[in-house]
Amino acid sequence: MPLNIRTYHDLTEADRSGLLGQVGAQRRRVADRMAPIGRVVAVMSGKGGVGKSFVTANLARAWGRAGRSVGLLDADLNGPTSARLLEAPKGPLVVSGDAVQPAVAADGVRLFSMAQILEEGRPLAFRGEQAEGFIWRGAQEAAALREFLADVAWGPLDFLLIDLPPGLSRFSELVDLLPAPPAVLTVTIPTPESGDAVRRALRAAVERGAPLLGIVENMTGGPYQGDAGDSLAREFGTPVLARIPFNPPATLWADLAAQL
Amino acid sequence: MKFLCVECDRQMTFEERQLPGDGTLAVAFVCPSCGRKVAMLTNPMETQLVSSLGVVVGGRTVPEQPLEAVRGTVATGRSDAFHEDEARAAAKPAWPTWSAEAQERLGKVPGFVRGMVKRIYSEYARDHGIAEITVAVMDTARTELGLEGM
Repeated sequence: MPLNIRTYHDLTEADRSGLLGQVGAQRRRVADRMAPIGRVVAVMSGKGGVGKSFVTANLARAWGRAGRSVGLLDADLNGPTSARLLEAPKGPLVVSGDAVQPAVAADGVRLFSMAQILEEGRPLAFRGEQAEGFIWRGAQEAAALREFLADVAWGPLDFLLIDLPPGLSRFSELVDLLPAPPAVLTVTIPTPESGDAVRRALRAAVERGAPLLGIVENMTGGPYQGDAGDSLAREFGTPVLARIPFNPPATLWADLAAQL
Repeated sequence: MKFLCVECDRQMTFEERQLPGDGTLAVAFVCPSCGRKVAMLTNPMETQLVSSLGVVVGGRTVPEQPLEAVRGTVATGRSDAFHEDEARAAAKPAWPTWSAEAQERLGKVPGFVRGMVKRIYSEYARDHGIAEITVAVMDTARTELGLEGM
């Protein structure tokens, strides 16, 4: 005769671990840190090598030059490049109170990137049991993203740009962590292959309720042929905000920043 | 995760947590009715998974530190990546002193995470009225606070 065992949800006595409470506290820390930020903008493409970080860094600098307060969170934990693109100062990050101070980089952009933490030239690796690491590595990277949001003293900002890595998993984690879905700026190159990958990213953004700001078509006028920008814009009803040639004029970034 | 004493039909309560230092975790639970105890033992992979969630089985006794998960788990961090703000520390009551043996053990902690570990042990000692941090204090704090690998 089977035992008559109550289910998990039947057990409602006080639980000293309070794991759900701990997770709730983590979420509140993110929400509190995001509260004084005017707009969180995720820059994504779903495709590698299209220039997301280049566009993100230059957009951040354009906002900075225009007198806007802007932060940039480099969410590419395994291939961070924003620190170099923003000429971030080298040196230790200051831990003060309940937060770590972001670096103040070119044009006053506040930056936090894994590149500021890792040893030069070393990949991101975690301590502990390496066997079956694929099971927990994703959770540790998500925890790092949560801490970059919650534990960095971003302060009041007009914009917080989040430079996402290729693929869609980090975007999903971001939506899960933030109190509201971020606005999405999408970067593509003109080719149909890029268009295919970016279409999936845009679809994911729409399905998660993220507002679309528009599309930036990068590397135009060169060897990459196609109309991915226009095609995606028609399909998703969102504008092409900029077409960026290989040697963009200095005014292009200010024009892009002014549209957002 | 919860534990039920089937005989008493009572939810078991957290009793004690132990971290042997080999990556495993032992957590004891007790039935509030009959006093029966059971221990949950996790292998290193399971311990890692729980730790990656940023939660502490048995509850937190010290506040979460800034970038605690990153500083506690990244193996390839720069030893000088972080600088603890001394002005903040000075604003609080005096820090406890460290015995030579405790300092030696602290010196073996990777530089990337050492500042945070020192702060956690110091705050633990101060909260418990301990004037000097010894190796024994570190062992006790490590178990009580659930500081896997620290």
